[in-house]
Amino acid sequence: MKIAVCVKQVPDATVHKRIDPETKRLDRSGEATLNPTDLNAVEEALRVKEAHGGEVVLVSMGPERALESLRKALAMGADRALLVADETAAGSDLVATSRVLAAALERVEADLVFFGQASSDGDGSVLWAAVADRLRRPLISQVAALTVEGGSVRGKRQTEHGYDVIAAPLPAVVAVSDAINEPRYPSLKGIMGAKAKPQETVSVADLGLPAEAVGEAGSRTVVLALGPPPARSGSVKIEDDGTAAEKIVAFLAERRLL
Amino acid sequence: MKALVFLEHHGGELEQGSLGLLSKAASLGEAEGVVLGPDARAVAARAGAFGASRVWASEHEALAAPLPQPRVDALAALVEQTGADAVLFAASVLSADVAAGLAARLEAGLNWDLTDLLLADGELIGKRPALGDTVLVDVGWKSAPRLALVRSGSFDPVESGGAAEVEELAFEVSDFSTLARLVEQTQEEASGPSIEDADVIVAGGRGLGSPEAFSLLEELAAALGGAVAATRAVVDAGWYPYSTQVGQTGKTVSPKLYIACGISGAIQHKVGMQGAGTIVAINKDPNAPIFDFCDLGVVGDLHQIVPKLTELVRARG
Amino acid sequence: MARPIDFPPDFAPADAIGVPTDPPEERIEVGVLIVGGGPGGLACAIRLGQLLEEHPEVRERLGEVPVAVLEKGKQAGSHLLSGAVVDPGPLRELFRGRLTTADLPTYGEVPGEAVYVLTRRSAFRIPPPPTMRNHGNVILSLSALGRFLAEQAEGLGVAVLPETTASRLLVQHGRVAGVRTGDRGRGRDGEPLPTFEPGSDVLAGVTVLAEGTQGLLTSAAIDHFGLQGENPQIWALGVKEVWRVPRPLRRIVHTMGWPLRAAAAYGEFGGSFIYPMGEELVSIGFVAGLEARDVELSVHDLLQELKTHRLVWKILHGGERVAWGAKTITEGGYYSLPRRFSAPGLLLVGEGAGLVNVPRLKGVHYAIESGRLAAEAAFRALQRGEVPSRVGALDSYDEALRRSRLWRELYEVRNMRQAFDRGFFVGGALASVMTATKGRFPRRRLPTHPNAAAPLLETGRAARYPAPDGKYIFDKLSSVFASGNRTRDDQPNHLKVAARVRRPVAEAWAWMCPASVYEVGADLGDGMVSVHVTPSNCVQCGAITAKGGRFTPPEGGSGPEYTLT
Repeated sequence: MKIAVCVKQVPDATVHKRIDPETKRLDRSGEATLNPTDLNAVEEALRVKEAHGGEVVLVSMGPERALESLRKALAMGADRALLVADETAAGSDLVATSRVLAAALERVEADLVFFGQASSDGDGSVLWAAVADRLRRPLISQVAALTVEGGSVRGKRQTEHGYDVIAAPLPAVVAVSDAINEPRYPSLKGIMGAKAKPQETVSVADLGLPAEAVGEAGSRTVVLALGPPPARSGSVKIEDDGTAAEKIVAFLAERRLL
Repeated sequence: MKALVFLEHHGGELEQGSLGLLSKAASLGEAEGVVLGPDARAVAARAGAFGASRVWASEHEALAAPLPQPRVDALAALVEQTGADAVLFAASVLSADVAAGLAARLEAGLNWDLTDLLLADGELIGKRPALGDTVLVDVGWKSAPRLALVRSGSFDPVESGGAAEVEELAFEVSDFSTLARLVEQTQEEASGPSIEDADVIVAGGRGLGSPEAFSLLEELAAALGGAVAATRAVVDAGWYPYSTQVGQTGKTVSPKLYIACGISGAIQHKVGMQGAGTIVAINKDPNAPIFDFCDLGVVGDLHQIVPKLTELVRARG
Repeated sequence: MARPIDFPPDFAPADAIGVPTDPPEERIEVGVLIVGGGPGGLACAIRLGQLLEEHPEVRERLGEVPVAVLEKGKQAGSHLLSGAVVDPGPLRELFRGRLTTADLPTYGEVPGEAVYVLTRRSAFRIPPPPTMRNHGNVILSLSALGRFLAEQAEGLGVAVLPETTASRLLVQHGRVAGVRTGDRGRGRDGEPLPTFEPGSDVLAGVTVLAEGTQGLLTSAAIDHFGLQGENPQIWALGVKEVWRVPRPLRRIVHTMGWPLRAAAAYGEFGGSFIYPMGEELVSIGFVAGLEARDVELSVHDLLQELKTHRLVWKILHGGERVAWGAKTITEGGYYSLPRRFSAPGLLLVGEGAGLVNVPRLKGVHYAIESGRLAAEAAFRALQRGEVPSRVGALDSYDEALRRSRLWRELYEVRNMRQAFDRGFFVGGALASVMTATKGRFPRRRLPTHPNAAAPLLETGRAARYPAPDGKYIFDKLSSVFASGNRTRDDQPNHLKVAARVRRPVAEAWAWMCPASVYEVGADLGDGMVSVHVTPSNCVQCGAITAKGGRFTPPEGGSGPEYTLT
């Protein structure tokens, strides 16, 4: 079985995430790490491989140094990595990013494509559905438990109302929730062997995409301005004189929270 | 703006978040509703009362299961038929998948996590918080149709008392859209929402003084229809389960209402809940950092205040 | 008066020594194993990489992984913190013929310097004492240097293994055989969780310990092989912040005096440093010896208090804090050095071995120099076809250290730190005499006393610490957050401290710790209390080891994620 996992390098969640006021993009110049929820996707892929055999391929789009973050997933047991490292793709929105990833995934020809839950740098829970549409594959998202059997995949999908069990034939796209598993720690042997595993870097042109299809040129949304969030309107502080509970109720009622 | 608004329904009623978005869209221009799935026709007409000039409905068998891909087919066809220049979604598990699939299908820009929509010089602008709600960003679109996913509950439904015709939406199902199929469906009820889904969270910290005090919070949460959460300190002490821990090394939540009881508000906790719509803090230490970022701060004894609050909430019915 | 040393933890150095326990086919074998991805360990790795590149026949004999470096942080640099103003000589020597100073990640040479003695309201400029002159030295971020050195090492074929701790030194038949790495995925009571990944025995012909200030295996090795120096080791704690400032700082600044108290009875020795990092950043830190006796002595709060001084305010105001961190520094100097720096199969490098020049405030270049010399000694043994664990095979390292400049420098200032036991003024006078005589006076060894043996006293010092405002003055918890610390909560407690102590001892630990790990626990009667520990706050500074407990490394990858410190 060929299993692909779409992963992303994101700025390390230490203090100073900032949006560069000039480019209006997230400042990614500091230290970076593998998006934490992608580890659940890698773990699930490894479990499928352990049950059914095959290989796990990491697919990612980012700067050249994203390879360092991919190594952690290779240390966990993934077999190889494909990174689309191309300056022209920087600043891609959902439309452009999904275009690039779909092209890279087509190159990999995976039976099963995994995504992790929303990334910590603001990607929202949207990438997998866009990629699945481009690949024309069935999609199961928000998966909290997964089984693969006889050419099809079955996922327990979490919604606001409860659980649905969804089945789809392979090839399919699955987006896992972080409740699905606990990612393993890489063994020391895994860490030592990670560097030697095949890591391929391709450009946008290698994927057959023109420059206008990616980056800002290929995007359909823009960031216009940045500002401070609306200050919490008139924060109120009171001391309890025996009527605090009533005052809280009045406050909540006024804001239509009751 | 000529918008299509994706309206979800459950248990025979249109969802409040969808109706709120519809009201907003109607205030910005022309808005037509779309209702898809079983019983769509029965609920669709109601949308007229909230500002829809027309409502499209389909109960096509491909839409029977709450799955996104056939809905992408339906909306793509509708955009083409109506020439709508915007498609708006109130965020949900389903609608996020639909919106993103539609973005790829139409090569159309999608902005998500929006908390507001407005027109500036005739152009649609979205506002969204970013970087853990520490920055507010204005976002726009380069071309039509403009797709938007709006944080649920951002807008209140406004009944304008209009009426709308319900029209049948005809569309073709793509060859791959129905490959995913529903095998089993379970509704989860009573045990109350998980903290990730809850609209109301009542959270407790060290100031509770003992694990028994959590029962006070549980009563309040039950009265408010919410969930109970805990800080790292009390989870470490074994007073409440790790699954309810909110904070840097626990979960991040953004309910509409967060009531923090006996919580000092150290940043490790704050980053897990600062996105809450309204924050009420009850703490007997007037210098607790939480008073710097809550909406209503109450300096007092939670052991007195919380039970009384529960009583009053219950009395309101 | 209570003393922390009277309440020892349930831990002995021998706990960190063991034998291989993995089945032979599961043991990992490398050529040379280096514990610690700091400047010492990485300099050793780089020099070895260079030598093995030049001598492929030796490299071949070392197997698939000729050189491996174990680093407990998330990546090299994550746990590195210093001022830093560094003597670039050893760095240049390390990269001679391959890189120039321009290739190194520095902020350039020291542009100018000023030394002040502070009082609450004023600052008296004094000429820099001879030991503190920094002309020709470079300013850098040690964390950034660590990342750079790791890249260089990897380019030379060294395996740098992050998120990996060394929990035991493996000794067999009187020879060091390697280390056992730490387990990952244990729960609070030590029970294996579903993700449990046991450590591994890593065997090597030569093991180099470059653990830095709190070397667990280093102290175990010194104890096991009887290598203790004449004086007990002592430490200082440094807490620093990095600020983005609106006005560039154009000189390095050192201060002494306020807010520390001069009288000998307080045992307060230290000062601050303020270094520009390029045009936009400033590194500011406060360092104080851990023999300080006041229960409420908190270096973190002393740093906050320092910032209220006009001299500092002029530099920082209008800026924003972008980093925070804390780490201990070994201060014992010459007489606390181990008798020997090698044992069968073992080499001791850098600060873990006590190689820090306190009066010069310099240790990074000693780490690099000793790392380089260790690499050369190890290489010579391997090249001769030696079994490096043969007694005496690595003696050339000790000889090289004693012939080097660093040895002479440490000898010259061998009593200077101890002089300050007499307080700031007498100590300062003694130190001046020592400098003027180039260390010939006094001839004899002045003793040091373990930090934890200092009897505690209470003076209400905390009342003068400024209140946090979240913008200029910061509390400990938000500072821990700023260090990037996201240590997994439900791990076993890695900090060994006594469970029952006299109340002042618990209070002293609570104030001392920059990360709010310790709190006074329940009252046990009789003046005794329990100690409440929150291990996930720990930024691995090591202060507790100096003050009566023992820091052991938690799971690999835990702790701070420094990038600018």
